[in-house]
Amino acid sequence: MKKDIILAGVGGQGILSIAAVIGYAALEQGMFLKQSEVHGMSQRGGDVVSNLRISHNEIASDLIPFGKADLIIAVEPLESLRYLPHLARHGWLISSSTPLNNIPNYPEIEEVLEAIRGIPNHLLLDAETMAKEAGSIKAANMVILGAATPFLEMDFHLIENAVRFLFNKKGEKVLEMNLIALRAGKEFAYLHQRS
Amino acid sequence: MLGDEAIAQGALDAGLSGIYAYPGTPSTEITEFVQNSNYAREHGIHCTWSANEKTAMEAALGMSYAGKRAMACMKHVGLNVAADPFVNSAITGANGGLIVVAADDPSMHSSQNEQDSRFFGKFALIPILEPSNQQEAYDMVRYGFDLSEKYIVPVLMRITTRMAHSRAGVVRGEVRPQNELHLPADLRQFVLLPNIAKKRYKNLLSNHRHFIQESEGSPFNTYIDGHDKSKGILVCGLAYNYLMENYPDGKVPYPVLKIGQYPLPKNMIERMAEDCDEILVVEDGYPMVEELLKGYLGIGLKIKGRLDGTIPRDGELNPNIVAVALGMEDTFGFPVPDLVVGRPPKLCAGCPHIDSYNALNEALSTLPKGRVFSDIGCYTLGALYPYEAINSCVDMGASITMAKGAADAGMIPSVAVIGDSTFTHSGMTGLLDAVTEKSPITVLILDNATTAMTGGQDSAAMGRLEEICRGLGVEEEHIRVVRPLKKFHAEIVQIIEEELAYQGVSVIIPRRECIVSIDKRMRDKFKNKQTETS
Ligand SMILES: Cc1ncc(C[n+]2csc(CCOP(=O)(O)OP(=O)(O)O)c2C)c(N)n1
Ligand code: SF4
Repeated sequence: MKKDIILAGVGGQGILSIAAVIGYAALEQGMFLKQSEVHGMSQRGGDVVSNLRISHNEIASDLIPFGKADLIIAVEPLESLRYLPHLARHGWLISSSTPLNNIPNYPEIEEVLEAIRGIPNHLLLDAETMAKEAGSIKAANMVILGAATPFLEMDFHLIENAVRFLFNKKGEKVLEMNLIALRAGKEFAYLHQRS
Repeated sequence: MLGDEAIAQGALDAGLSGIYAYPGTPSTEITEFVQNSNYAREHGIHCTWSANEKTAMEAALGMSYAGKRAMACMKHVGLNVAADPFVNSAITGANGGLIVVAADDPSMHSSQNEQDSRFFGKFALIPILEPSNQQEAYDMVRYGFDLSEKYIVPVLMRITTRMAHSRAGVVRGEVRPQNELHLPADLRQFVLLPNIAKKRYKNLLSNHRHFIQESEGSPFNTYIDGHDKSKGILVCGLAYNYLMENYPDGKVPYPVLKIGQYPLPKNMIERMAEDCDEILVVEDGYPMVEELLKGYLGIGLKIKGRLDGTIPRDGELNPNIVAVALGMEDTFGFPVPDLVVGRPPKLCAGCPHIDSYNALNEALSTLPKGRVFSDIGCYTLGALYPYEAINSCVDMGASITMAKGAADAGMIPSVAVIGDSTFTHSGMTGLLDAVTEKSPITVLILDNATTAMTGGQDSAAMGRLEEICRGLGVEEEHIRVVRPLKKFHAEIVQIIEEELAYQGVSVIIPRRECIVSIDKRMRDKFKNKQTETS
């Protein structure tokens, strides 16, 4: 099995946590991993992207070639469109529908969502509201990750365990909330995947 | 592990005694890894930040003189700052193993340029190592220290952003102890008086032959033969991965020369030149190897790469660029819709710099625009909408000296805006120049009590800015400290106006801690409390 994943969002939205969870789960299965992230200028509310590659065979490039990503996982709708050249024809675009509007020229959100709906395989979900229901909008990244799990071809328990491992030090409450958010995302994906 | 972390772990395991660095993306995490390492703490390994890259390089050289293994780390432009000790260290040579890590930033993800540090290594005539993956990065550190100690010469390790900030698994080797303190065999080795320097230089030149021999036998340079000799491919460092990405079965039909150590292995290249009709050179950064192979006149063997347009002249490589260079079909997903706009970084809400810029803009509103020289840090974002408050960002420290030059030319008043860490990095000496000539400039040192841009490292300026300015000769009554908050806006505007009117050097210090740094401090405090009570 081999999955090439683009993670996109805005600084502070927690895409590196998503990468860490998937990465940890992959390593637990003895898979190879390469993950490339952009640091630096991107931390102050700018766009952030990470290339995450996991495979049972050795991985060559740190960067995913154009047209080869199996998944784009985005915590922000406008950001989900920025890396479309990477998405494979069969690939899935999974994105939150909640915009993070911190620029003066943010396009009409309806047009952004329309563009996402133009991609053959897409899954849009209101991660922020779902995260709020789980306990805090901070867990929106876990909702999105949950929604991506059906496409990862990994045992869901492995993902849950990885979340446990990574959030354990943050205390029982935070961990539980993140797990609820994760499951909510997964259920949404199973319900809406083929609609 | 991140590539940066692999280097740090490699250094710790290879018997490092001290790491010297000034923060700079993408090199920062090397030093931070050592700072967070229990092993380093227990074994007294030096890891405090230096004031700038030059002081870092010199301190590392001093530690090497004393017989211990040292590493100096910096971003590519940092090597410009450290160039003097770096180039001269090639002449003095080393004693304990000495590695300089320079992190290049092709495509300028977070830098002012995309200069290629391999040129510096070549210029200084020392061996260069360039890893293609995290494991090699780890292994190369030990190898580099050994090479350095064998020829008593510093070794340059060149990485790029992609290498530094990419994660992969690394298998660690044995941990070896640090060197004992021991002096150089010849106590005049480091005295670069002309007659000694001449000998040292000849020694360096005669070693070049050995360096090439080392490259021929290096585990990091490999010749992989192929049956199709219409083309040979020479790949440097990380570019190897982009090549292999295009051959999922791992079999490249052409001969491949994978380079990880310089000076270039002459025999290997001769073999490729003899066997193949043309050579495609794939390297991140400048076309350094390509230029060398091509020669000035470009006659002889056909060399392809960045110079003839086979590969774009600038920017970072990727698998697609390499595929196209190989004549393969390009791949593409979906086009980016036109509505997608950029999302540039900006100052955090509540950032002290915002209040400083608002006040400065108002104080300058009656004067013609274009007189504010600035520098590199979070505050550089003040160049963008809605502040549009600054007119330059060139190199660390340039704000003060450029303001002085402009004032010399008659632009009065001239203003410099510089961060606290940038000021102690390279602003102090410029301020001395201004004081010496009583130049009519107003300097704002934005003191947010940290080095924010690179992630909040300690600032060497902490708690001593006024003292430094006084010591450099700025008059007491023209050192003004203000608190950049909305409620003091009118007061700050007035103070800036007063100092703009003064025909000499004034320093205004808006002082308020970076909010991200406060947040981090509070979280650490909370964490410590938790561990204390549990
Ligand atoms: C020679 C050189 N070294 C390092 C850097 C990386 N760098 C850019 S800004 C900066 C820190 C600036 O800190 P400070 O002046 O305190 O401003 P702040 O970001 O805190 O506002 C560093 C280390 C650089 N661009 N050039
Ligand atoms: S990190 Fe600190 S200094 Fe930088 S923009 Fe944010 S608040 Fe300002």
